[in-house]
Amino acid sequence: MRRHKGVKAIKRNILQNNYKQLMNQSEFLKSVLPFKDKVFRLAKRLLVSTEEAEDATQEFYFKLWKNKEKIAEYKNVEAFAMTMTKNYCFDRLKSKQASNLTLVHSNYKEKDTSLDKKMEYRDSVSQVHKLIEKLPEQQKLVIQLRDVEEYDYEEIGKMLDLKPTAVRVALSRARKTIREELIKQHNYGII
Amino acid sequence: MELFKIEQLLEKYLNAETTLQEEATLKNYFLSGNVAQHLQEYESMFGYFAFNKAETSAKPIQLKTKKTNWRWLSVAASVVLLFSVYMGNEYRKEQQVKAQYAEVMSTLKMLSTNLNKGNEAMASLYVYEDTVNKIFKSK
Repeated sequence: MRRHKGVKAIKRNILQNNYKQLMNQSEFLKSVLPFKDKVFRLAKRLLVSTEEAEDATQEFYFKLWKNKEKIAEYKNVEAFAMTMTKNYCFDRLKSKQASNLTLVHSNYKEKDTSLDKKMEYRDSVSQVHKLIEKLPEQQKLVIQLRDVEEYDYEEIGKMLDLKPTAVRVALSRARKTIREELIKQHNYGII
Repeated sequence: MELFKIEQLLEKYLNAETTLQEEATLKNYFLSGNVAQHLQEYESMFGYFAFNKAETSAKPIQLKTKKTNWRWLSVAASVVLLFSVYMGNEYRKEQQVKAQYAEVMSTLKMLSTNLNKGNEAMASLYVYEDTVNKIFKSK
């Protein structure tokens, strides 16, 4: 009789643990899914291809899930997420260079001869994409985090382990380069 | 928003001195579709930033795949193990039966050879008897 009770207690315990885990999982997702697309976009900025960015995002969340106890220790999980994503992508890029694989560039439409204003606008937008691709890694990150994701300088500094002034310098350089290149291309187009 | 003010903000923007609020003002202006001719390069830039921000990952996140895979693998492994133990046991039994059979057969063979030896001996006895009869009959 006593033994029977013990088995029941164990069963109840297991059930409770499962429940707890489920709760944790939904809580976990609630706290980390809001910045999923930011992680994805940052990964894509560095890894270029959508599939690889998706793999990186999946890998990142899996890692985060396995270390979920540590999440509580971080004041700003989102900033930590950006740092982790950046590091992960850098590792991937390094191993890629080591195995001599070339990056596949995203298939943005080549310049169309159509004079349609909308097309032209779309072209110049994809032009910006290509120009950012050519920037050094640090500047790519800063442009992404500031001009797309709209973080403040302090946060970006923490994410990239840089001083806010260094962030500003990199950002200013990136913005100026993109603008100058766009003007150049625009002038070429007129000639 | 006056053009003069936008130009001022752009100057600050290029030097990375604008606040997030000021950048939001710029974004609004350049996404309005009513941009001064000489600022078109900025329209492309802010257009791209907005376009990029709208990009989302379509793939849902899976957290448990690897764990369950391992569990199923262990179940499969234990089934295979049990099956092979069972088959091994069957094989062992079969071998035992075969060995017993071979032993019995060799015993029977030995028995039969010994019996044959006896028969031969008996045959020679018959020969002996024949000769004895001959001798006695001839008498």
